[in-house]
Order: sequence, then structure tokens, then C-alpha cells
Amino acid sequence: MANVSVNVQEDVMAKAVKEGAIAGIIAFLMFLVFVGIETYQDINNQLVWRTRWGLLAVFVIVAAVGRFITVGFIKPHLDKRKLAKAKTGVLEISEEKSFFHKHFLKIALVFLLCYPFLAMMIFGRQGSLKYVDNFGIQILIYVMLAWGLNIVVGLAGLLDLGYVAFYAVGAYSYALLSSYFGFSFWLLLPMAGILAALWGVILGFPVLRLRGDYLAIVTLAFGEIIRLVLINWTDVTRGTFGVSGIAKASFFGIWSFDVGAANNFNKAWGLPSSSVYYKMFLFYIILALCMLTAYVTIRLRRMPIGRAWEALREDEIACRSLGINTVTTKLTAFATGAMFGGFAGSFFAARQGFVSPESFVFLESAVILAIVVLGGMGSLTGIAIAAVVMVGGTELLREMEFLKHIFGPDFTPELYRMLLFGLAMVIVMLFKPRGFVGTREPTAFLKTRKAVSGSFTKEGHG
Amino acid sequence: MEYFIQQLANGLTLGSIYGLVAIGYTMVYGIIGMINFAHGDIFMLGGFAALIAFLILTTFFAGIPVALALLLMLVIAMLMTGLWNWTIERIAYRPLRGSFRLAPLITAIGMSIVLSNFIQVTQGPRNKPIPPLVTDVYHIGNITISLKQILIVVITSILLFAFWYIVNKTPLGRAQRATEQDRKMAALLGVDVDRTISITFVMGAALAAVAGTMYLMYYGVAGFNDGFIPGVKAFTAAVLGGIGSLPGAVLGGLLIGLIESLWSAYFSIAYKDVATFAILAIVLIFKPTGILGRPEVEKV
Repeated sequence: MANVSVNVQEDVMAKAVKEGAIAGIIAFLMFLVFVGIETYQDINNQLVWRTRWGLLAVFVIVAAVGRFITVGFIKPHLDKRKLAKAKTGVLEISEEKSFFHKHFLKIALVFLLCYPFLAMMIFGRQGSLKYVDNFGIQILIYVMLAWGLNIVVGLAGLLDLGYVAFYAVGAYSYALLSSYFGFSFWLLLPMAGILAALWGVILGFPVLRLRGDYLAIVTLAFGEIIRLVLINWTDVTRGTFGVSGIAKASFFGIWSFDVGAANNFNKAWGLPSSSVYYKMFLFYIILALCMLTAYVTIRLRRMPIGRAWEALREDEIACRSLGINTVTTKLTAFATGAMFGGFAGSFFAARQGFVSPESFVFLESAVILAIVVLGGMGSLTGIAIAAVVMVGGTELLREMEFLKHIFGPDFTPELYRMLLFGLAMVIVMLFKPRGFVGTREPTAFLKTRKAVSGSFTKEGHG
Repeated sequence: MEYFIQQLANGLTLGSIYGLVAIGYTMVYGIIGMINFAHGDIFMLGGFAALIAFLILTTFFAGIPVALALLLMLVIAMLMTGLWNWTIERIAYRPLRGSFRLAPLITAIGMSIVLSNFIQVTQGPRNKPIPPLVTDVYHIGNITISLKQILIVVITSILLFAFWYIVNKTPLGRAQRATEQDRKMAALLGVDVDRTISITFVMGAALAAVAGTMYLMYYGVAGFNDGFIPGVKAFTAAVLGGIGSLPGAVLGGLLIGLIESLWSAYFSIAYKDVATFAILAIVLIFKPTGILGRPEVEKV
């Protein structure tokens, strides 16, 4: 018996060495041209090249060793664990949850409410600016966008690759209406939402007959059309220069955050002049907007329309057979999702003070969709976690100044931001295809909960 | 009239390039029902491989004939992108084959981001110009047609014929068609499904590499960001022609190329992409199966 297991061990090792070597050879061939050779322009603007054998060697070694470890150690380990789990027959759903797990939402909410003050206490007034603005507000904008898209993709199952169009509509409605007519943020916030929802209906109406991937590609086309119009309609949008000098949001019209204004917030409260208070105010606005999105989503899921969305996602034919009007169901999903995109957009314009078509490229749509899918479609908590990990993680890269000491002063971590983001998308998907929170909570269940979670069923067969 | 014919020639050239890329989309979509989002970036990768091959060739063999250089560039670009697409399929798409519909799409989008940023990081963010390879031009009346335009159209036609032959007349093509129709049944009847899908990816990538090389030859620059817009347009072409159909992909590519150049010539150059995308939307709304596509049967 012992002999057999030793043989198995040796087999695994031999296989690992072989696979590692193959991976090394493939990596060598793959990177030979793109990493081994660097092209650059010399002083005469002529394109010339030089070799980078050292870097190529690093790539090859990483690939070979990585493959060796995966096949030799990680895979047997995972298989063993899976086997052990299958033997005990314990399902994840029946495990006792810890205190933190049970009260996660409350803890997270309290933390978020205190977050700006905590940041200020720890990092000082100017130091906290970065944490409130770059991390707090930035992540919450993506949480809101992802929750908005979640209504379309996660609940109604309509794949939308042009969600950023509605974000752009919201941002430009605030930017243009406030600079041409001088309307305030609090008037334009709902208006931006309504305009975006209207666009959702306009764009949604013609594409309702399409399903799945076709819908995805048409929404992508619409997203690009809106961006191209924003670039080329220079009389109104000022093209690629963008709209700048957009008015700040005021404290509900009572106090202003403009430095010169008579009713300046900082002066009225006797605070030192600093932009951090405005950022804190913005943080609470976006937090409130996020909470609104979450509340509406949760409530809608309990309502007939929300259930119709989920039914539509699971099986469109069954839905139609049961007399659900698929046209209005899809349109409301599109419009609701678009409305939240519009809210987020007008907030973005107010926060940035500047909008340009550069902010609404397809990549943004892809990032938002990635957050929704990586979080586990339909799960609000999962999506929020995914947003923190993906957006916070890439923001964190900007802060990695210490890497410059390792790789030399020319090393700019920002360059690697999107590369790592893309890799993370692929890797998370490979290991957790159902996202971080992968169980789909049913909205309606029978008297007792059965221990069959969404992960055991295939989509459309649940 | 002469202006119109001139634009027609330009449109056909551009359309050939789109058509070659569109074949890759249409084959992959046909065989595994997935939009290979990274295909546009594979096209870009092909252009870069050809560019680097060109630089090396001109350094070591200074007086190399242009035809031979072009041929070698094509071969190197095809090999490189074929290998890359094979690896990508192996790593990012194959493990997710049984998973839910969105999973491979997300990894494909991730791969697209990875590829363009990988080239940006390793080769720099600036556009790379190369000296013109083929400079001959012919004048027929007032119409100017360059040799590179003729080359592009001829190479596309040859490849198309080769492809049509492979898919319709060889055992490999038969395996591909069988896999496309019913993967499980094909596997039961002894078709190596995984291998067939891999080969499909390699073939698509090789065609994209040819398109990338021609794009480089035609415009004389390569940039890390060049994959996205041509990629979306080629996908538009595939959908326009009817996804899953090879002649449809080429027809769609030619139409998109013609629309783009004629629109630029007669209306406004700024809105040429808007025209392309609007046509995509209109076609899908009124004829979702495309021009040569088969109507999709709804299975319960």
C-alpha cells in the first residue's frame, strides 16, 4: 500500500517536471519576440531594436516554475481537499456562520459611516484627502455603477456592454445643464437620472428582440456611438477638450463649498479652509446614493417586477408562456439600471469638476461588468467586495512608491495597473466562476430551506 | 465617377482586412458560441510581430527582396499569434467551457485588457512607424491604385480559397463542422473536440496575423491600442454577414469597409465609426441572423 502511494508521488513529480519544461518552452517562444526584443525610436526618430535576454529569462523561469508548482503541489492538494470534503458530506450551506459573517452588513455600514472621520483622525486633515477621495469616493462610485448594472445583468440577465453610455449621459447632463443654465446639483441629480432612464428606454426599445451575445454587441455599439457623438459634437460638448469648471455640489443650497462664496461651509462652521470637508460631504452623498441603489434593488426583488426580472433571466420562453410581458419587463430593467448610472454620472461630474469623453471609454464598461460578474451576479455584498478588491487594489498600486527602490527610479507602478486588473479578472474567473459570493439567494422559497444552493445547478436549469 | 471608383478601391482594401479578422470571430463563435473579445488584440499582436520581424530582417539582411521579407513577416506573425491564441484558449477559455455563459466572455475581456497592456508595457506606449515597404502605384485614368492595395486583395482571396477548402473538403474541416453542430455527438463519434477547438483558435489567429501584417503595411504604423476599434468593426462584419458563416464574414467585412470609406468620402470623416455601429444596430434589429446566416432555432 505504502509502495503504491510512493509511486503515485513519483508519477506526480515526473509529470510536474515535464509540464514545467513544456510551459517553459512555450513561454520562451511566446515571449521571444515581444519581451526578448525591445523596439524604440532613436534620436533620428528611426525605429531600432535591442535585446532583453535577462527579462525574457525571468518570464520563462516564472512560467516554468509556476507550472511545476501548480501541477506538482497545488493540484494534488486541491484534489485531496475536494475528496475529503466529499467524504464528510458537509455542505457549505449548513455550516454554522461566525459572528462576523452574520453581522457583516451592519459592521460594514458602521465602518463606512465612520470612515472619513477615522481617516482624518489617523492621517491628519491633508493626509486623509487621499483616503477619502481616491479610495472612498472612487470605490463607492464603482459600487454604485456595479449595483446599477447588476439590475440589468444580474437580475434581468440582459448582457449590457455599453453601460458607461448612461454614466456619460448623467455626467454630461449635469455638466452641460449646470454650465449653460446654472441649475444646481440637487435639481440636476434627479434630472440626470431621468434623462439616463429615458435613454435607457430609447436604446433598449429597438434591441429587445435580441438575446444574449447579440444584445451585448449592440449595447457596445450604442456605448461607442454616444462617446463618438460626445467627441464630435464640438459646438455643445467641446469635444475632446471636455467641459471644465463644473459647479460644485452645495450643502442642500444652505452652504456653498466655493471658497469665495459668502455662505462658505468652512467659514460658517468655523473650520479651517481645506477641501477635505467638501470631499467628506461628497463621500456621504455617494454613500447615500449607494444605499438608495441597494434599497431599491432589494425592495424591487420582492416586488412582482423584480421577480419577473429574475424569471426572465432563468428562462425567457417559460416567462412568456406564463404571460409575463417581456417587453415592459426588459425595458424597466434597462431604465432602472440606466437611472442609477445617470445618478452616478452626475455625481462624478460634480466631484471631478471636469468631464471629457476620455472617461467613458469601453474599458470602463468592461471594468463595471467585471465587478458585477466577479462579485457573483445578483449578490449585492459580493459586488461591493469585488469593487473594493478590484478598484481599491488598482488604486493601491499608485501608492506603491517603495517599489521604485526595488526596480529603480524609472519604474512606474501605474503602468501595470490595467495589466494586473486584466490578469485578476481572468484568474478570479478561473478559480471562482460564480464570483466571490457564488450562491444565488432565491427570493421565494418553500416552508423549509433545502440544502441545494445555486452552485449545484446550471443556469437555466435551476 | 472616378472619385467613386477610387473610394471603392480603398473600401475593398480596408474591407479585406476586416473580413480576415471577421473570419476568426465567426469561426470561434460558430464552434463554441463565444465572442472572442481578445481577437482584436490578437490582430494587433500580429501587427507587432510583423513589425519586429521586419526590423530584425532589415538589420541582418539589408538587401533582402521585399517579397521575401513580406513573406517571412507573414509567417512569423502567423506562428506567433497562433501560439498566443492557442495558449490563451488553453489557459483562459478551456477550463470554463462547462461554466455559465458569461464566464468565458469575462475572461476574454480580461485577456483583451491583458494583451493590449502587455504590449504597452513591453514595447512602449508610442505608435511605431516603419518605412513604406511597397511603394509602387498604378494610374488608370485618374484613378490611383497602389500595389499594396492589390496585394491585400489578392492575399485575402488566396487565403479565403484555402480556408474554404480546409473547412469544406478536409477531414479537419469535417471535424470542425461536426463540433459546431453538436459537440457531444461529435465527441461520441470519435472527433477530438478539444483539439479541433484549439486548431480553430490557431487558424483564426493566423488569419488575424495576416490582417495585422497588412494593416501595418497599409498604414505604416503599429500601436498597442490598435486592436479595439478594428476588432469591434470586424465583429460587426461577422454579425452583418451572419455569424457562423465564412463567406458571410468576408461579405460583411467588404460591406463595412465600403461603407466606411464611402461615408468618409461623401459625408463626414468624423462620424464614420458612428455610421458603422449604427448599421450594426439596424441590421441586428431588422435581420438578427445577418445576411447569410441561418435562422436560429429556439430550443426548449
